Amino acid sequence: MPTPSSLYGVLAEFDTPDELLAATRRAHEAGYRQMDAYTPFPIEGLAEALGFHRTRLPLIVLLGGIVGGIGGYLMQYWIAAIDYPLNIGGRPLHSWPAFIPVTFELTILGAAIAAVLGMLILNGLPMPYHPLFHVPRFALVTRNCFFLCIEARDPKFDREETRRFLASVKAREVSDVEP
Amino acid sequence: MSEDVGRPQEPERRAQDTTSTAPQERAAVIEPGYTYASVTDKISAIVLTRRTPLGWLVGFGCSFALVLLLMYAITYLLAVGVGIWGINIPVAWGFAIVNFVWWIGIGHAGTLISAILLLMRQQWRTSINRFAEAMTLFAVACAGLFPLLHLGRPWFFYWLFPYPSTMGVWPQFRSPLVWDVFAVSTYATVSLLFWYVGLIPDLATLRDRAQRRLARVGYGLLAMGWRGSARHWYRYEIASLLLAGLATPLVVSVHSVVSLDFAVAIVPGWHSTIFPPYFVAGAIYSGFAMVMTLAIPIRAVYQLEDFITMRHLRNMALILLATGLIVAYGYLMEVFMAWYSGNPYEEYMTLNRMGGPYASLYWALILCNVLVPQVLWFSRVRSNVPALFVIALIVNLGMWLERYIIIVTSLHRDFMPSAWGMYAGTRWDWATFVGSIGLFLALLFLFLRFLPMISIFEMRELVSETAGQSGSEA
Repeated sequence: MPTPSSLYGVLAEFDTPDELLAATRRAHEAGYRQMDAYTPFPIEGLAEALGFHRTRLPLIVLLGGIVGGIGGYLMQYWIAAIDYPLNIGGRPLHSWPAFIPVTFELTILGAAIAAVLGMLILNGLPMPYHPLFHVPRFALVTRNCFFLCIEARDPKFDREETRRFLASVKAREVSDVEP
Repeated sequence: MSEDVGRPQEPERRAQDTTSTAPQERAAVIEPGYTYASVTDKISAIVLTRRTPLGWLVGFGCSFALVLLLMYAITYLLAVGVGIWGINIPVAWGFAIVNFVWWIGIGHAGTLISAILLLMRQQWRTSINRFAEAMTLFAVACAGLFPLLHLGRPWFFYWLFPYPSTMGVWPQFRSPLVWDVFAVSTYATVSLLFWYVGLIPDLATLRDRAQRRLARVGYGLLAMGWRGSARHWYRYEIASLLLAGLATPLVVSVHSVVSLDFAVAIVPGWHSTIFPPYFVAGAIYSGFAMVMTLAIPIRAVYQLEDFITMRHLRNMALILLATGLIVAYGYLMEVFMAWYSGNPYEEYMTLNRMGGPYASLYWALILCNVLVPQVLWFSRVRSNVPALFVIALIVNLGMWLERYIIIVTSLHRDFMPSAWGMYAGTRWDWATFVGSIGLFLALLFLFLRFLPMISIFEMRELVSETAGQSGSEA
């Protein structure tokens, strides 16, 4: 069902994390998929209630670490054994134990940068503009209010129907979100 | 101080400490009666609505005067060279390396609190982790200054990094000094990332609560459009946990690598396998001493006794006692190995430390780091805030003396008596050291004024968890 482009979605406000969690579960059961919950602090089980179970972030961090570690080791090997070999009393050029500390540090560096950039990019941040910022009450999402937004692009979305549904799950206040 | 923020009105959202096995015996990690709204308002008000306190202006002014002293000392150093310092052969590593190791050690407590205690799910870390992390960052910044200035020609510092230069030379990766470059720069980068990631949700809080446009735009840009989405939180928590898991081995490695700068050399007094663990313990020891030194005045001035409670101070005192004992074991083992190795140079070095020209400093170090902290065995001392503050200051001094003893007494008696010498810092050494303390404090004052010194979203989480637990148990 095509949705009117004049609406981003419908936003419902809740008083406590438990009410939000219960409403999110009900919304998922009712078949809504294109929705998101907004909270002042992380709430256990909320992402799962939205049907969001997996993220590729750990894999990205692992790859970042592997790239940092292997890259760091190969750099040292290439510098010390190939490009700039120094013969000091006939000691081996590929002196791997001496390369471990820098390899370790670069593994951590690669993984940490991957964790931060991966988190930001997967989250679509930075995003200075978002339709939700139009809703005056939404400023309280970083203080003490809990929100559930069912988006207009959800196939089941219907302004009146969705508003009624959100009122039925004990939302304190329901408001439209302009795009 | 304004009274409009503070105790909340909604008694049903009470936060009590139910985390310990014997709650009646332990103080709370947050005093009861706080709600999501009241913790948010109280912490963000320090940054946003209150007028700049006079004490802040005085404190920042004094620290900034010391920063100017640092600038003066550095300018003179760049103009004239490291000859203005007391360093010479045989003691070529003077104040610069003492201060470097001291500062980098101080930084370690911040990472320990934010990473290791996070992994161990220690709830009491929540209210002190933010400023401990900031302390880490500023301490590492001060630490990084010293080896760079010690280079002699600091403007060529980038020669330390492997880059394809037209000179065709590369850094020597078999040298601990090059490991140090990588360890410290990785540590600085990861600390900054960890700190910034932790700040993002709180920057969004400040954006939403700021009254003035400039503040709203500034915090808004830094918050990158954070809107508290559940999907975002999910990835955010995974990223935080992974960063904590990465920072934990990193923090151990950094001070181990710093200790290898000494241990890999064959100088008696440095060439010892106990150095890495004993340096790491010493770093945590000095770092917690610095956290206490800062936390005690901050909680008094900003009236944060409800958030940084006696439980925090007592726990930190216990960590101080434990790491202090590890450090004492390190000192004991150094003496034991000097005797047990049968190496005359080691033996002489140890006897010279205890009875030579620097003996008074050695015994001052033992007094500060080993004897005084033993009073922390007494519960009454651990509950006495002024006593804790004094002990923390003494430990800070002791840890500085420790590095001074390790560096100066090991070097000043070279293998050949003809190469013996004495070392003392000049006024420029002292100006740079005192100036770096000023830089540290000035950065800290700016942080206290412009960023939330306590993690607001984690305090809300703490309110939620403690309220939920007492509710379900009732």
